[in-house]
Amino acid sequence: MIWVETVIQGLLLGGLYALFAAGLSLVFGIMRLVNLAHGDLIVASAFLILMVVEFSGLNPFMSALIAAPVLFGFGYVLQRVVLNRVLGNDILPPLLVTFGLSVALQNGMLELFSADSRRLPAGGLENQSLNIGLATVGTLPLMTLASAVIAIFLLNRLLYATALGRAFRATSDDPVTASLMGIDPKRIFALATGLAMVVVTLAALYLGMRSNFDPSIGPARLIYAFQAVIVGGLGSLWGTLAGGPIIGVAQTLGAQINPEWQILSGHLAFLIVLILRPRGLFPRARD
Amino acid sequence: MQAHVTTRTRASTIAAFAAIALILIGFALPAFASRVMIQDMFFILTMLMLAQLWNLIAGYGGMVSVGQQAFVGIGAYAMFGGVLIWGWDPVAAIILGGFAALALSVPMAFFAFRLHGAYFAIGTWVVAEVTRLLVAQWRALGGGTGTSLPRHVTANIWGVDWVADLFDVRQAAARDILAYWLALALCILTIGAIYWLLRSRTGLALAAVRDNDEAARSVGVDARRVKWMVFLAAGFMTGLVGALIYMQTARISPDAAFSVTTWTAYVIFIVVIGGIGRLEGPILGVLVFWGLQSAFADYGSWYLFALGVIAIVVMIFAPRGLWGLVADRTGLALFPVQRRLILPER
Repeated sequence: MIWVETVIQGLLLGGLYALFAAGLSLVFGIMRLVNLAHGDLIVASAFLILMVVEFSGLNPFMSALIAAPVLFGFGYVLQRVVLNRVLGNDILPPLLVTFGLSVALQNGMLELFSADSRRLPAGGLENQSLNIGLATVGTLPLMTLASAVIAIFLLNRLLYATALGRAFRATSDDPVTASLMGIDPKRIFALATGLAMVVVTLAALYLGMRSNFDPSIGPARLIYAFQAVIVGGLGSLWGTLAGGPIIGVAQTLGAQINPEWQILSGHLAFLIVLILRPRGLFPRARD
Repeated sequence: MQAHVTTRTRASTIAAFAAIALILIGFALPAFASRVMIQDMFFILTMLMLAQLWNLIAGYGGMVSVGQQAFVGIGAYAMFGGVLIWGWDPVAAIILGGFAALALSVPMAFFAFRLHGAYFAIGTWVVAEVTRLLVAQWRALGGGTGTSLPRHVTANIWGVDWVADLFDVRQAAARDILAYWLALALCILTIGAIYWLLRSRTGLALAAVRDNDEAARSVGVDARRVKWMVFLAAGFMTGLVGALIYMQTARISPDAAFSVTTWTAYVIFIVVIGGIGRLEGPILGVLVFWGLQSAFADYGSWYLFALGVIAIVVMIFAPRGLWGLVADRTGLALFPVQRRLILPER
């Protein structure tokens, strides 16, 4: 019975990882850009939400709603001013630029917010739980997983059922031809990064309410997000939704055996998938 | 005189003589330099080696690894293991560190070579994290908190007494000098070996694979073999450097020895700022890095923030680094690897 509960907890944890990964998966799918600062952007967004909470006294959900357009704008400008300049066939420049951004963000946050652990005040929500028959689960983790499913569903609808999504996919397939049809690839890329930052805001909201965060935890979130993306298969959003829980379940199962093995078993699950299915479980894009 | 192909230029001949002079001065340095300067030189030399090795696999080989800290860490830990568990002399145990890193680079290559581009980077990072977490379970070497080399070991390293007598210094200073000499020798060996490799057929094959994998294979280059060879060699050397660094520090912990920031991010910044894909780049880069660090280290995190921003700016406006700017203006190449056809004069 304890194992059933462990698996359920892992699935819920995986919801958070899927949220971490959704923004990364979206950006990769559209412009083949891998953002090494993704984890630090999540942490920075959590700090921004915290600042809004402290200044306005609103709850974290409303604060995230205020932070989201700001972060959308940040993502848009980041892509237009910095990342668009380094996109190309060579993967090294974007990788190095985002690595630089990661180090700059971590240390900038350290100066601005100190190394203290912070938390978003969820108003008692973090202590509530529901009995779903098989196990008792926290309300907040359940909301996280539900949000991940809804976010990925909406992103998929956006990609496959709207004109903007068509432009995203066309630019992803062939930017030159897309621009002949009146699409400005640079603007499309900027919109995609802005959109990814909105998803990042959502991920930051749940990260900040569920656990403590400090400026140094970004890289680890990045790794979990990457593992979810790669396990799920490159460029597939539904794959990413599956990848998060796989890493989550591996972590909780490992932790159940020995608390020190939590992170390690997540990594090992990732490496095993990599041996058996190098392109992930549900691959879509060809890298 | 017949037409022939050469890589030599007048600048490179001058550079070769200057290098020999610098090496001689380098070995004589402990006779007149302060202990702080020796320590600074040790830092510069070790970071330079790490930068050259990363430059070899990423800049020449196109394999952008973010997991080099795995080799530094495992090399250092194997050295500590050799000393603390099997009672080896630390200098001998450095070799053990190299072989431990070589042993790790085989499974790492096995995993990472299944991934391409940015996913290769993350794959190597994950393997490094796995190694860190496993090493942190190694109770005999202090587990997660780490351990130190005991005093009776550091005092009896081969050659320390001799160095102490030679320069009439204390044992701790003598250990720094010994570490510095080893770093200098290893650094000459590393740069020499990389330069030799790049001028050889294998180096040409490596550059061809980086520039166009398929085209290289179509003219008969065994891309896989070349990549494996270079990755393993760089892993071995990085392990040696890691072991050497921690012989000098004499104190180790998993978080420090497997730090992605220190052993990979800084190393990447050094290469990027100096100029990726050329041997001169890391040399210039490490000097800039050291200069910035000595000038601004008091500003703590702001300094690192600025370093990240500088890396971004350099990547956008001077993607081939500071040395790239120099070389584009002057055509200067101190370590030329480009093959030029020299026609007989008429």
